[in-house]
Amino acid sequence: MKLKRPSIPYIFWMVIFTLIPIVLILYSSFTDRNGNFSFEAFSKAFGYYDVFLRSLWIAFISTLICLILAYPLGYIMSRQKASVQNTLTMVIMIPMWMNFLLRIYAWVTLLQNDGPIDIMLSLLGIHTTLIGNQGAVILGMVYEYLPFMVLPLYTVMAKIDKGLIEAADDLGSNKYIIFKKIIFPLSIPGIISGITMVFVPSASTFLVAQYLGGVDDIMIGDVIDRIFWSDQNTGSAIALILMVAILVFLIILNFFGDEEAVAT
Amino acid sequence: MKKFFSAFIALAIFVSCAVVMSSCSGGYDGEINVYNWGDYISDGSDDYLDTIKTFEEEYNIKVNYTTYETNEELYNILSSSNSSYDVIIPSDYMVEKLIDEGLLQKLDYSKIPNSKDLMDNFKKPSYDPNGEYSVAYSWNVTGLVYNKTMVKNKKPDSWEYLWDKDLKGSILQFNNNRDAYAIAMQLCGITPDKFSKKDVDKATVKLKEQKPLLKKYVMDQVFLEMEKNQSAIAPYYAGDIYTMMLNNENLVGVLPKEGSNLFVDAMCVPKNASNVDGAHKFINFMTRADISAANSSYITYASPVKSAKKLLDKDLRESELVYPPDDYLKKCYTFHNVDDETYSYMQEQFVKLMS
Repeated sequence: MKLKRPSIPYIFWMVIFTLIPIVLILYSSFTDRNGNFSFEAFSKAFGYYDVFLRSLWIAFISTLICLILAYPLGYIMSRQKASVQNTLTMVIMIPMWMNFLLRIYAWVTLLQNDGPIDIMLSLLGIHTTLIGNQGAVILGMVYEYLPFMVLPLYTVMAKIDKGLIEAADDLGSNKYIIFKKIIFPLSIPGIISGITMVFVPSASTFLVAQYLGGVDDIMIGDVIDRIFWSDQNTGSAIALILMVAILVFLIILNFFGDEEAVAT
Repeated sequence: MKKFFSAFIALAIFVSCAVVMSSCSGGYDGEINVYNWGDYISDGSDDYLDTIKTFEEEYNIKVNYTTYETNEELYNILSSSNSSYDVIIPSDYMVEKLIDEGLLQKLDYSKIPNSKDLMDNFKKPSYDPNGEYSVAYSWNVTGLVYNKTMVKNKKPDSWEYLWDKDLKGSILQFNNNRDAYAIAMQLCGITPDKFSKKDVDKATVKLKEQKPLLKKYVMDQVFLEMEKNQSAIAPYYAGDIYTMMLNNENLVGVLPKEGSNLFVDAMCVPKNASNVDGAHKFINFMTRADISAANSSYITYASPVKSAKKLLDKDLRESELVYPPDDYLKKCYTFHNVDDETYSYMQEQFVKLMS
């Protein structure tokens, strides 16, 4: 590997802010409070396996919903005039300019008892509690991370050569075939980066569940947040397990992506 | 030539920056780093006095003010980094822990003449029994708040109401291990000022009984939940309950008959402070009656300064939530430090309880 001089500051940056922190986390997850080598932190960390599973599940569902919502939107956007495309991108970006916590507060206000949505539903005769359950947490996640799914999908689809579609059309392909043979395969890189950008942060997020969930909806990010102050070793071990889980997920995803790319 | 020119421009920018920066800090006779709880000082908003600015003007010392959210966060920053703070404001049990671990320095009370004006019980408090390391900043107790339209004609006056099956689904609990466990321990007949792992286990059982009845574990969210009529009953800090009651007239604040936690936040100087003299000036200033009164009216917790009480609004000063009566305080307890192992055991049990 040949390194060019302009890359030196970035390597420096990576070592200080990525490599060293990871080594520190590794160190503290394999030691106990007194600094001796120990697996205690891991055995404690696995005590939270149900929270791990729940977090990965919530992240998975949120990612799936984001994908289902974002895919058609990305496609529609990519077929518009340039000016309309820019406006739509802007509209999708605007909520992201707002502070993350404020957006969650806004959902609390919208969903709470006697809040606007609750009043509308009760006028329709539906009486239910909207907040304090897993559904509300997933809603919050989807809202939070949808732009991260839409933007890569849209970018990739906007780059699809229109000539390919016209050629297929001329040669007698119907819309389904065009989608199956051209649009979908060419949008796979967008799907993969969208899934990565939604799944990874939503698996490790915290606070969303604390605000929108009920007594049972704590996520692994919240556990790390709480445990870390009193027990850094277990906190590090949990973080490490989460990192490994995400890494495995990404490897599987990339493998899947490559295969698809080869198939076409 | 071009290179020389750009080097010259770079130098010019550097010099002008340096000049601007030095002129910014140059006006002061020194600076102090203050580390306090978030939103815990009268800061000039809503017509309150900006106490820090007043200090800077009177003493010509610049204050670098930063905040933390939990005592444990403060402890970690203080014990594991080289950061140099001159004044910190930890709670009772944390003051004790910091003294035990030698992280605080003794104060020179001759430089803090205003400390003579402290209430007697804060001169030699249980967390600093010889009165050598700390000057109380603010104190209050935990209490109960309920919404009188939502409690089915009951009149909650005890922590037991947080376990009331009739209120299922609209009860809140502290999302903070010490406060939640303290309530559960009191109901198990344990005085929570000090506790062992066994006590934690007993309280965990009690908290597990409560969980199916709860709506949520909350901290700051309690304001929204109670003020917007979302929940029926919650435990919280009594001074904050006073504020909630101003915003929703259905709310009633009570001091539970079992007694509650009297907490004190006290100003201390860490061992590695760089401006010890400035720190003493700051502590003395914050203990001055008018300044302490300004902070007390902003945060609506009681001031430990005797003559500050007279300067407060009548409503605030006479509220039992802000200044609980003396015979109630006899039933209250103050947290002491517990060893790390017990503390992290409690935190672990609390997180497991929630998952």
